[in-house]
Formats: sequence, structure tokens, C-alpha cells
Amino acid sequence: MSELKKQIQEWQAAFYKRVPAAPRWVGGKWSRVLLLPLLAVLIVFPLFFTQTSTFLDTTIIAIAYVVMALGLNVVVGFAGLLDLGYVAFYAFGAYAVGWFGSGFFFNSHINVLSSSPPGAIGIHLNFILILVCAVIITSIAGIVIGLPTLRLRGDYIAIVTLGFGEIIGTTAVNGNGIHIGSGESLTAGNLGISPLDLPYFPVIGHFGLLGERPWYWLILLIALFVLFVARRLRDSRLGRAWIALREDEVAAVSMGIPLVKTKLMAYAIGAAFGGMSGVFLADFDQTVNASQFQFTFSIFVLAMVIVGGLGSIWGCVLGALLLTYINYYLIPDVFNNVPHDLGLNFDLTDLNIGIFGFLLVIVMLLRPQGLLPERRRRMELTGEAPAEHPELSEPSSESVTL
Amino acid sequence: MRASAERPLNFLRKHIGSWGLIVALIALPAYYGIRDLTHGYTNNVNGHEVVHHNLSLLGFNLIEGLSNGAIWALIAIGYTLVYGIIELINFAHGDVFTMGSFTSFSLWGAFGLTAATGPLGVILGLAATLIISMLVCGTLNVLIERVAYRPLRNAPKLAPLITAVGFSFVLQNVGLLWNGGTEFGIPDLLHQSASVFTVGGVTVQRGTILAIGVMVPLVIVLNWFVNKTSHGRAMRATAQDPEAARLMGINVDHSISLAFMVGGMLAGAAGLVYALYETNIWYFQGFEAGLIAFTAAVMGGIGNIRGAVLGGLIIGCIQQLSDYRIGPQWTEAVVFGYLILVMVLRPRGLLGEETREAG
Repeated sequence: MSELKKQIQEWQAAFYKRVPAAPRWVGGKWSRVLLLPLLAVLIVFPLFFTQTSTFLDTTIIAIAYVVMALGLNVVVGFAGLLDLGYVAFYAFGAYAVGWFGSGFFFNSHINVLSSSPPGAIGIHLNFILILVCAVIITSIAGIVIGLPTLRLRGDYIAIVTLGFGEIIGTTAVNGNGIHIGSGESLTAGNLGISPLDLPYFPVIGHFGLLGERPWYWLILLIALFVLFVARRLRDSRLGRAWIALREDEVAAVSMGIPLVKTKLMAYAIGAAFGGMSGVFLADFDQTVNASQFQFTFSIFVLAMVIVGGLGSIWGCVLGALLLTYINYYLIPDVFNNVPHDLGLNFDLTDLNIGIFGFLLVIVMLLRPQGLLPERRRRMELTGEAPAEHPELSEPSSESVTL
Repeated sequence: MRASAERPLNFLRKHIGSWGLIVALIALPAYYGIRDLTHGYTNNVNGHEVVHHNLSLLGFNLIEGLSNGAIWALIAIGYTLVYGIIELINFAHGDVFTMGSFTSFSLWGAFGLTAATGPLGVILGLAATLIISMLVCGTLNVLIERVAYRPLRNAPKLAPLITAVGFSFVLQNVGLLWNGGTEFGIPDLLHQSASVFTVGGVTVQRGTILAIGVMVPLVIVLNWFVNKTSHGRAMRATAQDPEAARLMGINVDHSISLAFMVGGMLAGAAGLVYALYETNIWYFQGFEAGLIAFTAAVMGGIGNIRGAVLGGLIIGCIQQLSDYRIGPQWTEAVVFGYLILVMVLRPRGLLGEETREAG
């Protein structure tokens, strides 16, 4: 039996060796040198586009999705808890803006450093305060959703989180029938809460509806913050506890890792990232519409994480950017006229989801471990340290790289 | 946790695990049954409202629920077979079911079946449609496995999940191009809401007879196939331990293909029954049906065929009760609420065994 096992392992190793590893500079020491110029490029990037450019618009959405993917990566990638209800946190984040940054609760007259005139109906908090509210709400929601899954393993977690996501989506759709207070409802259902307060910062001033650049810089700031936090978390005590739990729960618990606390922290932190991105996306779209909170959204974000490379931070960034550009820019805008140019009589938008699905299949077949796999997983899959990371063959304290 | 604090909790948990679930499942019909008896319900008879104090409406809801559940059960078996054998949530399965409905609808057109066709023609036509639809869906499912899941057999566990999602999107797009993006009515071949007989004030409709009448024989045949034939034994062995099965001379790839074939065939049958029963189909039906059927499979204990059938029937009943009594817009939330309850009270599902996965 052991010989056959060995043979199978050899075949597996051969299979994964055929697939090229991530380029050397990713995660290597060069990344630190490249960091500053890259940052500079990212900051001046929107100046090359007009304020109303579609590409810039897609980029902003793509970066918001990067934040989403990084959040889901904490839960699925680091802690190994398959979450199919991530849309719940998008919904909570979006409703944080809807509730605390618009005229939706028309019986209140609360205004804290917001862009709307004093005395306007509704609750109007500053964008930063809304972000804080969203983080608190989504963290609590993450813990509540996580609690029933603590006893479960594997795909049973997936179905419970999926259930919560659907329940929250359904509640959002039907929330206009739930009355809280006099005449106020919980959500606006499919009509949507609109318009929302535009972000306002004391020194910088108001954001405009037409100027895309400030939105870009705002989401870039959020994304860099989340990227930094995710990276530090991965290498922290908590991050190692997550990975230990993911690899072997029984062994991790017997080594003294607190199971409940560690798992709930993963849910809470992942949820908080999703909430922040949800706040931004809702405000950028200028509407909180219940029809946005579909199961497909959870799947879309999960696909980003897995296509990028489960557990890999840079993989998430790449996966999110790639899938968003494909779905929101390349298929609808760039390649839409290709069939007409070829003399065929149909729009590519009719094939939108099909092409997207086909690309997902192709990417996963060619690189089952993701585009930029996590080092630890690559080691597992090939059974040895990759040649370009010899330092990984023995545990070293220096393996903390960006 | 201290041992002393844990003991009463464990005692409670044990009893909640065995009885809490039954109480939770009976709660909904029991509540509405008692309310019907005490408060009564109004019914529109010949143009004026009549108040009844009996259980007929509840009985009707449950019968409708069972027939609806029979369709979910057929789809759920496909999920449970595939999950039991390769531990994959086959997201494309719901869309295979859609393809079953679409194939059936197109075949009716090809055979010239309309609502006015005579009984013999309808029966012969539907029998042919059933067989072709089952074969088409089974083959489709096997092909998807061949293209999208087999190359990833040794890949990270979530990779086939994403190819499954990818194929789900592709099939949805096929459906979109095939029959357009809106829900459309199709000929009511069986006049499905016609009453067949009435027992104790409960009307049993043709659709109900059809759904149960297709589901029960198929499940019996499947049960025989899985438990009594050598192919079935090979499938069960593969599900239990693929490597040991391979060593015993079982062709594991063949067994897995067979599981996909059987699952796809049942989805094809479900597609035809759904089309006849609902008389409304569209490309997105498989998405919701897939979610519900997967929920049913998990509720019954994933990997367990009888569990999938039981879960499907229970979810069908919950769904009907919710549709009639709470409001159809809340049905999804109610179904998933029940799912979470089942998972909390009995993590391995109703009929599931203690497995590696469900601790």
C-alpha cells in the first residue's frame, strides 16, 4: 500500500511541478525595494485618466473588491473556514451608510460633522464615523454568524454561513415591511436608499459625484490599511493560530490554542473588512439596494480568493483585480464589439456570465493552486520547499516578507 | 472549560440533540394546525368568504409540500451522491436540473405535445421525454465531471468548487441563450391542478400524484442499484475509502462517473416533473432549486440517500407552509432558518452518521 501511495504522491508532485511557481520577485526581498515606486505609481495613477473615465470607475470598484477579498481570505484562507455568506457583511456595511449617512430615518435630526446641512432630516454621521459603526456592526454580525458553526467542520460551515447570508439578503429585500419606530422601516427593500451622504473630510472638503479621483484615493487608503493589517495579522500570534487550526484542529487545540476565541476572531476580522468595503461601495454607488445582496456576490468574492491563491495576500489582490476587470470592464466594454467586428450578429453581453464561468474553469484547471499560491501551501503541494525559497526548507524567523 | 460546568450542559445538549429537532420540525405545522382549529381560516367558496375550523388547509399544504419536496429530493440525491463520493459541493447541479426542464420543453415541441393532446399521446410522449431528459442530463453531468472535476482530483479542495461555479455560470448562459432571460409559461400538459381525489377535505391534485409517482419508483430503483448491484457496491466502497477501493480492483474513476451519471439522471427527471408541475420555467430556476436541494441534502445528512429524500420532503413542507402562511417573500429565510436550527441541534444532519467531516 505504501508503495502505491508513494507512486501517487510522485504523480502529484510531477503534476504540480509542471505548473510554474509565482515569479521570484513576489514575496521576495525585492518587493521592499519596489514598494515605494509602486506606491507612487498607485497614487498618481488617476491623474492619467479623466474624472469620469470608465476605466478609473472600474479600478475603484476593483480596489473595493480587493478589500472584500482580503477580508474573506482571513476567514477562508487563513482560518480555513469556508464562508459562503460573505455578502452578509457587504449588506451590513452598506446599510451602515444607509442608516447613518442619509435621510432614511426621517424622524431623527442627527448631524455629526457630515456634508449635509445642519438640521437635515435623518442621521448624518461623518464618513469615518460610519466606517467605525460598520466595523462594529459587522464584527458583531460575524461573531453571531460564527457561533453556530463552532461545532461544525468542513462544508457544513459553508452551508450554515450560506444560510445566514441568504437570511440577511431576504431580510434586506423584505425590510421595507418591517416597521421600527413611527413610519420608519428597517430597509428600503428593492427601491433602495438613495441618495447617500457624500464623504466629507474637514480639511479636504466634499467629494463630488462626478469627480472619480478622490474616491480612488479614499479606497486606495482603505485598501492599503487593510493590506497592512492583513499582512501583520498573518504573521502575528493570532495568524499562526489560524493556520494551525486550519491545518489540524485537534492538534492545534491540544497545543493550547483557544478554539472559540481564535475562530470568532477570524469571523469578526473578516467581517469587519467586508463591512468597510461595503460602506465604500454603497457610498460610491450612491444607493443601498437590497437586490445587490445576492448569493452570487459571495461566490464572486470567493472566486477572487481562490483564483488568486487561497491564503495568499498578494494572490487575493491579483485575483480581485483580475476578476473585477474581466467582469466589469473587459467583457462589457472592451470586447463587446468583437463579435460585430467579426461579422457575427450578437452582443457579447449576452455571453457575459458564460465567458466569466469559462474563464474560471480554465484558470482553475491550469493553476489549481491559484495564481500566486501561499508559500506554505506550495510547500505542501510539492512536498518540498520551492527552489527559489531555499530558506523555507527550515523554519526561520526571517520569513516575514511582504 | 471546567468539567463540573460542562456536565449539565452536555446532558442538556444530548437531549436537545435528539428531541429538540423533532420539536422544532413539528412546531410549524402544529402551530398553524392549532390556529386553524381555534381561529379558523377563511376560504372563498362560490364568491363568498366561509370560515372553516378544520385541518383541511393544513393537510393540503402538507400534501403540496410533499409533492414539491419530491422534486427537491430528486435533486438533493444528486448533491448527496457527489458529495458522498468526492466531497464536492457540485454547484453546477442545479443548472443541470434547469437543462432537464429545458430539454423536456423542447422535446414536447418536437413531439408536438400540447395541452390539447389526448391522454395516450401525453403519456407516451412524457415517458419518452423522461427517458431522453434523464439521459441528456446524466451525460451532461458526466461530461462536466470529466472536464472540470477529474483533472483537479488531487488539487486543493476548493479548486473544483470554483470550476463547479464556473460551469454553473456557463450552463446558465446556455439557458439564457436557449430560452431568453424571463420566466415563461409552458403548456400545462397534465392539467396539473385538476383534482384526482379528495380525502377528508384534502384535495390531491394531478401534479402531486405525478411528483410522488416519479420520485418513489426512482428512489426505489436507486436504492436497489446502490445496495444490491456490484456497481453500487463499488460506488459505496469508493465513497468510503477511494484508495482502498482502488487497491481492491475497483475502477474509482468509473465509480465516480457513475455517481455523476445517476445524479444527473435524477436531476433530469426532476427537471421534467418541475416543468409539468410548475408550468413555468426559466434559466435561473436551477439556482434557487440547487440551493434548496443542497440544503435538503445537508439537512438529511450529506452522503446519505435516504437522508436526502427525507430532507427534501421536509423542506418542501416547510416551504409550502411558509408560502401559504407567512408569505412567499420570507420562504427562503424560513428554510435557511430551519437549516441553521438543524445544524445547531444536530450537526451531522437528520440521518447522517458520525463522519470525519461532521465531528
